[in-house]
Amino acid sequence: MWVPRPGAWRALRGLAAFQGRRFAGAATQQQGKGNVDESALRPLYLDVQATTPLDPRVLDSMLPYLIHYYGNPHSRTHAYGWESESAMEKARQQVASIIEADPREIIFTSGATESNNIAIKGVARFYKSRKKHIITTQTEHKCVLDSCRALEAEGFNVTYLPVKKNGIIDLKELENAIQPDTSLVSIMTVNNEIGVKQPVSDIGQICNSRKIFFHTDAAQAVGKIPLNVNDMKIDLMSISGHKIYGPKGVGAIYIRRRPRVRVEPLQSGGGQERGLRSGTVPTPLVVGFGAACELAQQEMEYDHKRISLLAERLVTKIMAEIPDVVMNGDPVDRYPGCINLSFAYVEGESLLMALKEVALSSGSACTSASLEPSYVLRAIGTDEDLAHSSIRFGIGRFTTEEELDYTVKKCIQQVKRLREMSPLWEMVQDGIDLKNIKWTQH
Amino acid sequence: MAAASTRAQVLGLYRALLRESEKFTSYGFRTYAIRRIRDAFRENKNLKNSAEIETLVNNAKTNLEMIHRQVTIGQLYSAPKLVIE
Repeated sequence: MWVPRPGAWRALRGLAAFQGRRFAGAATQQQGKGNVDESALRPLYLDVQATTPLDPRVLDSMLPYLIHYYGNPHSRTHAYGWESESAMEKARQQVASIIEADPREIIFTSGATESNNIAIKGVARFYKSRKKHIITTQTEHKCVLDSCRALEAEGFNVTYLPVKKNGIIDLKELENAIQPDTSLVSIMTVNNEIGVKQPVSDIGQICNSRKIFFHTDAAQAVGKIPLNVNDMKIDLMSISGHKIYGPKGVGAIYIRRRPRVRVEPLQSGGGQERGLRSGTVPTPLVVGFGAACELAQQEMEYDHKRISLLAERLVTKIMAEIPDVVMNGDPVDRYPGCINLSFAYVEGESLLMALKEVALSSGSACTSASLEPSYVLRAIGTDEDLAHSSIRFGIGRFTTEEELDYTVKKCIQQVKRLREMSPLWEMVQDGIDLKNIKWTQH
Repeated sequence: MAAASTRAQVLGLYRALLRESEKFTSYGFRTYAIRRIRDAFRENKNLKNSAEIETLVNNAKTNLEMIHRQVTIGQLYSAPKLVIE
């Protein structure tokens, strides 16, 4: 699915140009310290789905554990260990609280990718003697899809559910896909590329009634929308630290205790985290992660209100100024801070290059090196040309009105400029239907 | 003994928070801190319960110290300005 096709030579050229630009920027920065040079200025950041800045309040909570309290939280024989352990347990409590779980159900990991791996491979392998089938969707994050591929190689059967045009799964199809030997359903809460929200409660209900474990990758949802693992009947959940203004390199997996979900650990070692994730827990990171969760919980309403307003401002302004802009994903069932727009007749990569003053992405950061159109957009049935012309705008806690207006202004300018240069746009203006054109095959 | 904070004390704290936040070198943190402080004080301006006021005042004092520390760190490791600054 992700093998780059031959003929994607533009990818190489694009990357080379991009890196050239980056190095040039770094050089001017070193030489010309003091004099304000356009290239030494930093671009605005509108890619909060890739990662978020560390909130100063989070950093403040972490610093003591990077300076004085360096004990191993698993050391039981001295005060250094005890103080780290109590900090770690407080963080566990904070993480549990944001999803209304019990702290004993939280296992610290290195991030959502590891959590997804543990959930999918762990559950599948533990129950493999009786159950050999897993259900997921085509629009999951790559680490979920790749874990499923790995399981297929081990002899498991995986159903990759298609999604509807709006990016949301059809519950009927989920029910039909369930087999007597289905052990796990893994469906993400909020999509990282198009921001749509899956009907997690309904999925949880279905899985619960059929006695199947339900895992959800909530890396893009925790701290942004209210979640309750008991009401939503979620059995396993992946959480990430750096998507909620916490540090990178830390995350958690929620594993239900009642009824108990059994998981085969992926890593062997000292048996930390109840044997499910061996390895010393990084105290400063989990302290920061805990603080980020507590903050996100406190600020959820405030942030959500503000991000919704900013998102509406961005979409209305762009749509009012440029024709033929399509918003990908369901317009209502979505997290407002992730906006994916397709600008018809403009190539997304060219637009990203032209918009070098704003840090944006055409989709997931993991696949941003390839010029292949996003598989998420293909799964929702976006035409090849529109899938190539998509850009994701990520609005977060620290985004301002000024940043947004600047982005909108630049975006409108560049789309108009690129369209004027485009022969396709000219043909469309002349009333030619591009779909009827027979392009010669190379 | 713990008398409720007077209007003047609260206003003084409000100004101190804003003054300190202005010093954030990072554009995003600076604008956020100022906006968040304004909104929080506005939201609670009609609060009458002295116990609640006292809790919030104590939170604000802790936050002022935190902002001061974070401003200092930001100044030690400053980055180039953003294109809109």
